[in-house]
Amino acid sequence: MKHFFDAVSMTKALSVIFAVLFTVGCASTDTTDADAQAEADAAEARKQQQMEADKARMEAEKARMKALEDAVAAAGNVVYFDFDKSTLNSATRRVLDAHIALLRENNGSVRLEGHADERGTREYNMALGERRAKAVADYMAVNGIARYRLETVSYGEERPAMAGSSEAAWSKNRRVEIK
Amino acid sequence: MMRQLILLLLLVAGSARAELVIEITQGRDNPTSIAVVPFAWSGWGSAPEDVAGVISDDLERSGQFAPVKLANMLSLPTREADVYFRDWRATDVEYLLIGRVAGGSGMTIEWELFDVFRQAKVLSGRESGSAEELRMLGHRISDDVYRQLTGIRGAFATRILYVTANQRFDAPSTYQLTVADADGARSEVIYESNEPILSPTWAPDGRTIAYVSFETSRPAVFLHDLDTGIREQLTDFRGLNGAPAFSPDGNSLALTLSKDGSPDIYVLDLGSRELRRVTRHYAIDTEPAWMPDGRSLLFTSDRGGRPQIYRVDIATGKTERVTFDGPWNARASLAADGRTLVMVQQKDNQFHIAVQDLQGGRVQTLTSTTLDESPSVAPNGSMLLYATKLGDRGILAAVSVDGGVKFMLPSRDGDVREPAWSPFLGDP
Repeated sequence: MKHFFDAVSMTKALSVIFAVLFTVGCASTDTTDADAQAEADAAEARKQQQMEADKARMEAEKARMKALEDAVAAAGNVVYFDFDKSTLNSATRRVLDAHIALLRENNGSVRLEGHADERGTREYNMALGERRAKAVADYMAVNGIARYRLETVSYGEERPAMAGSSEAAWSKNRRVEIK
Repeated sequence: MMRQLILLLLLVAGSARAELVIEITQGRDNPTSIAVVPFAWSGWGSAPEDVAGVISDDLERSGQFAPVKLANMLSLPTREADVYFRDWRATDVEYLLIGRVAGGSGMTIEWELFDVFRQAKVLSGRESGSAEELRMLGHRISDDVYRQLTGIRGAFATRILYVTANQRFDAPSTYQLTVADADGARSEVIYESNEPILSPTWAPDGRTIAYVSFETSRPAVFLHDLDTGIREQLTDFRGLNGAPAFSPDGNSLALTLSKDGSPDIYVLDLGSRELRRVTRHYAIDTEPAWMPDGRSLLFTSDRGGRPQIYRVDIATGKTERVTFDGPWNARASLAADGRTLVMVQQKDNQFHIAVQDLQGGRVQTLTSTTLDESPSVAPNGSMLLYATKLGDRGILAAVSVDGGVKFMLPSRDGDVREPAWSPFLGDP
């Protein structure tokens, strides 16, 4: 980028030199030519200004998107649930809000994968995983993300994030992954 | 009271393919003493299978028999003419089974069962098949002996399905669907995937199975013909496609779909492929199981706040709650007697297999480990297989429907889960 703008400055310097040489070489030209030259210079300056403004806008936009992406990265892609529950607590909502803020800025689709811990029966857990994924999808939809962008799929207890039969493992496995 | 047995039975006898080894953990108080004398072998080389061992292990696993050890046999007759009842009476043996295996282009087994106290032959038979079927021929003899001595049809010559998961966190996990003999021997992986496989179930013909596979990155119900290996994707609805259960006549499949919102029970006509919605509720309705008359279904629903078992009449949609014992009951299935309901029950944060008598209402807890699930009853209603945990490893275990007999089938590797006991195979 820096090189590109250096090249622009260079071009600008050269064009000024050429303009001067041209003016000197055509000392006998009439005022119409001089006016045209002034106009061209002004246009060039405006163009330059516009480019700088665009650049600033782009930079600001980039910074804003980066902030949104950073917020999503900080929030993480996983939200957790209580046993046999699909309710979203305030911590979960904060995570989802970060994703929603970013999703509002693009048109991408999201796959919401619902999971359960190993306790309880497998097909009931499959239903429970779906209920969790749908709870997340509903929250996103209510907050302005179009339904067609939200895909839910439940893996029940079939794909634990953490092995073992401890409360620590179970609490990590009752989750929705945002992908 | 129950006698705690510490018997380790190696049922797999040199078969490297077999994965599951049975350990009997609890037997009955007064099992019937029976001597199964090693069968004579006539044919090339040595006998390809210890048929008497197969039968002896079957009978022992039922918990109702105590087979005599080879070292305690005073004689080893293989023909009726060689039987001296005094040899057996002296050691309080009640029954004696002898036989002969003849190998050639096929295998033929002739056998005789004697009542030692009456000094009489009570049953004899002849089985024939290929060398690969030799174990199954042994299981059929076990079935005949069991029926003769208990009055109950044996379920040894049956098969089981189960899922083995090798969960990996650094590489793709693998999921295998395996079919094996009811004793765990002759196992064969019939489908393998990096995506989850669950809910395997048998059609009443004992040849077709259904299960849920995530191979399309979403759950879908598949039919699989065990004879031909041909698979067919049966459903591809949005949302859940799960919990398949064949109707008693084999013509329909009950299943759970959430295509219309929340999970509900549907019945798919396998001929016309017509789909009928059976339940209609915003709660979770899942895990359908057929009543023997094929007219109503048991299912799990949390419409009352927590999961309980309900029964719905397919034609009228009339629904009634079936379980009231404890705050959490799920995954009902019905034993062949039509009245013993088997389910998973949560009490004090532990999950056990329990049975409820549909007529009397009495509930009995059968298992004592903490994460028991997926019960599947043998076609004769005597035992049920279920999945539990041994340490951090998923294993299969079995318990008699009266709770008296228990055994485990630990695996060499992977988490074994979701056993499904086949119907009776072949003629009674």
